[in-house]
Amino acid sequence: MGFRARRGALAALAALCGAASVLAFAGASSGQINVGGGPSQPGGAADGGRPPPPDPQQVARGRELFLEGCSSCHGLDARGVEGTAPSLRGAGAAAADFYLSTGRMPLDKPGDEPVRSQPRYPPHEIDAIVAYVGSLGGPPIPDVSPRRGDIAEGFEAFTEHCAGCHQAVAKGGVVTGAFAPDLGEATPTQVGEAVRVGPYIMPLFGHRQIDDRTLDSIARYVELTKDPVDEGGWGIGNIGPVPEGMIAWLLALAALLLVARLIGVRGTD
Amino acid sequence: MLVLLALAVAAAVMFIVAYALEWSTQVLGLAIGGALMAIAAALILAGKRVAPGKQVTEERPKFPDRRAERELQRDIERGGRGVSRRGVLLGGAAAAGTALGAAFVIPVASLGPKPADRIGASPWRRGTRVVSEEDAQLTPADVEVGTFVTGFPEGADKRELGSPVVLVRLRPEDLELPSDRSDWDADGVLAFSKICTHAGCTINLYRYPLYPPQSPGPALVCPCHYSTFDPATGGERIFGPAGRALPQLPLDLDGAGRLIAAGEFSGAIGPSWWGVRKGT
Amino acid sequence: MIRGAIRFLDERTGSAPLLRKALRYAFPDHWSFLFGEIALYSFIVLVGTGVFLTLFFEPSLARTTYDGVYDPLRGLEVSVAYDSALRLSFDVNGGLLMRQTHHWAALVFVASIAVHLMRIFFTGAFRKPRDLNYYIGLTMLVLALLEGFAGYSLLDDLLSGMGLVIAYAATLSIPVIGGDVGFLIWGDQFPGSDDFISRLFIAHVLILPVIIGGLIAVHLALIAVPHHSQFRGGGATEKNVVGTPMWPGYALRSLGLMFATAGILFLLGGLIQVNPIWQWGPYEIYDGTNGAQPDWYMGWLIGALRIMPPIEPSVFGYTPFPNPFFGGLLVPSLVFGFLYAWPSIERRISGDGAVHHLLDRPRDNPWRTAIGAALFTFITLIFLAGAADRIFVSFGIDYGTQVWIFRVAVFVLPAAVYLLTKRICEELRESDWHPLRAPPPATVTRTARGGFELTREARPRRRS
Repeated sequence: MGFRARRGALAALAALCGAASVLAFAGASSGQINVGGGPSQPGGAADGGRPPPPDPQQVARGRELFLEGCSSCHGLDARGVEGTAPSLRGAGAAAADFYLSTGRMPLDKPGDEPVRSQPRYPPHEIDAIVAYVGSLGGPPIPDVSPRRGDIAEGFEAFTEHCAGCHQAVAKGGVVTGAFAPDLGEATPTQVGEAVRVGPYIMPLFGHRQIDDRTLDSIARYVELTKDPVDEGGWGIGNIGPVPEGMIAWLLALAALLLVARLIGVRGTD
Repeated sequence: MLVLLALAVAAAVMFIVAYALEWSTQVLGLAIGGALMAIAAALILAGKRVAPGKQVTEERPKFPDRRAERELQRDIERGGRGVSRRGVLLGGAAAAGTALGAAFVIPVASLGPKPADRIGASPWRRGTRVVSEEDAQLTPADVEVGTFVTGFPEGADKRELGSPVVLVRLRPEDLELPSDRSDWDADGVLAFSKICTHAGCTINLYRYPLYPPQSPGPALVCPCHYSTFDPATGGERIFGPAGRALPQLPLDLDGAGRLIAAGEFSGAIGPSWWGVRKGT
Repeated sequence: MIRGAIRFLDERTGSAPLLRKALRYAFPDHWSFLFGEIALYSFIVLVGTGVFLTLFFEPSLARTTYDGVYDPLRGLEVSVAYDSALRLSFDVNGGLLMRQTHHWAALVFVASIAVHLMRIFFTGAFRKPRDLNYYIGLTMLVLALLEGFAGYSLLDDLLSGMGLVIAYAATLSIPVIGGDVGFLIWGDQFPGSDDFISRLFIAHVLILPVIIGGLIAVHLALIAVPHHSQFRGGGATEKNVVGTPMWPGYALRSLGLMFATAGILFLLGGLIQVNPIWQWGPYEIYDGTNGAQPDWYMGWLIGALRIMPPIEPSVFGYTPFPNPFFGGLLVPSLVFGFLYAWPSIERRISGDGAVHHLLDRPRDNPWRTAIGAALFTFITLIFLAGAADRIFVSFGIDYGTQVWIFRVAVFVLPAAVYLLTKRICEELRESDWHPLRAPPPATVTRTARGGFELTREARPRRRS
């Protein structure tokens, strides 16, 4: 065949190959949309499993650390300082573990809104402080296992109790005077702790409202929200019409205006 | 250009294949979109090659044509010449047309009932038991301090606007209810309509401080425009655009210690309308 | 073969002379004249994909239990409408592609109308004899907004359901008769009677599209009859049309634009997710989600509703203006009222009621351009206010603070933009530069009296 025709044929072949690789990447659509159980998460102290029995050495070490880093606000005896910080007697290992493993405590200033940040203490020190605070009484670290939960129950419970603040797929949002964080980094245990403790301005949910089995399901749903089913393609953050509108203007319309510019004439004189 | 057309063929064929083998939405979109774009490119190229910038000049049609306008006017007016008492007849025709128009439009009223008693209504009455979404009877023990629970009237349609209530419990020292509502709580449990009085969204955000001295106080918040209501004072608006307080449902305990409504809501539920403060 | 076709047609319809005229029709072909076509082609994609969707969607609020492939919703009681939308998305081959393409097409349809409207405004194309067409275009924009809102509200998912209740509240806020109108549309207290969704369906697939389609036809006719307007230069005058003939040049390029529009919409429809209703879940009046937003073109209304202070006066016990009236009805009425009135306002103030076929460049009418820019600024600000919660989450600016900032900004910024734009236009007009290119070199000379004088070289006008 002629040179031009051969070039055309090669180009078509290249296009087909390119397309085939896209296929391999995108793959076939599945039948059942199995969202799977949450994989076990690293990080966070005492994640899953039963809380270990208190080790007196650990409690003592925890008390040391507590006196160093926490007592200036929470008092030398952990009974709190009126108007500054609450008593931690009765707060429990759950609260201590939640706040420390998410880096929300220690706070720079009392009165600041606690936000998730890099934990100030390494895991074994967190364990120690948690053991100490736990020894003062209060709820233990909950045993949360997403695998035991049911995803459909999790969706319903999350919608009923959590989506109002945390958004339908846990991307977070405004609450007047504060904010509800996105749960992308929350481990199942941290989810359980937050639910039972009700940190900062979050409400708490006791066993009569959310029993352990429902808590497992909620944790399982939260795991799903970290990688939601984006059957339609790129999820653009899963926060709804705002990024969708941005794509419509900044991608689609922009591209079409470019095409118009190619087609039409420029210059107004 | 042939390359483009070949691409279009390839892409279209791929679409057919992908459809037949039930491949993902992404592949389908890429294929058909690619085919269309290839054809678009080919057409645009053809358009540019075939007539590169060659301009033609045409004359615009000439209008208005004042003479034709005058003649048209004369024709119309001439048509009515044989008729006497034109003014009266025209008036009568106008009246007939208006009346007929009204007759055509009025059946639209069949589309809906009169709002009067339905618009701000709720199924709650004195003695209605409060149940959960699973129809379990609720007691104060189900509503601990710091949590919020959604409740419904027993036996009523949960999907009626006046049905859902949000139950919260405050510490007795935190209650600041108006004097005429001092007994509207049941053991510290308060109930409010879950429907925002601004635009009708569900109030499913609840703010409850773990340590009150260093946090904003308890509040029920709406996610749509962030109208914020204070349960301690009986649902007063403390932030946001809502024009009315959140209606409160008085609570009582029945003989078995279960939560029941002690009366109807303190005001009409849902968004405001002309007669909302009069209940009409 | 062509001869055969022509003969066939002309022997039966006598249309050869008309067709000849049509094919030689001259189109001024500045690229900004193509925006309206983008809207038209988006509409065609909407109708095409829409027909497909109607074959699967069931507009019924009867209850059913979801039993499909998406696990998190399995066993949940949902409406038949929502269930059919889920099945269309997950079980129908190509269903999600069609649904998403349809949704993207709606978003782009309204966006392209907005850009087209801006072009019309800033070039003065709404002046006689095209003011009638301008009103028709504005009406189509209003209908497009309603049509899009109706479309995504049909699916009965959590997000759109929340939008519907707000529409109900806005309807109720109509002074005096709001309750009656609300009950007329919904058939009962929200969520309304069981036929609400089938009525919404008919409005969306039949009533509104037919009206819009009819108006499109009139709109196109009113462009064709006086011929398209054009910019000065290249021999253009008020009495002629200079442009590319319909055949072959313009027809091929327009067709190309049509395929490009369809192509981009289908690419989006397949590759970028839009309105993932399975993630939101079904609508219930006792459920909600934080961060709920309407589709982009309604964003200005949520912004206006959010920054409005809690005004709801009571007059002798009656409530003539429920709060949503101000943000939800008054603001859009004022904006659209202003746009409708603009040709008359301009005529009155400028004293220019003549016929115009030649277009202004934006700089040629600084006052009009400045007012348009100020209005655009106002609308953009309330759009941004609507997304204030996302701004807070992404940038940390306190929500309550933002509300106050926006309340002030919506008055101050448009005024500032007006003054700035007017000045820029006047300068550009004087010195005749292209606003996006470097200004021509300036020469500063010392005058005899001791002051300084700045002169710029005149830029030769070029057609690029």
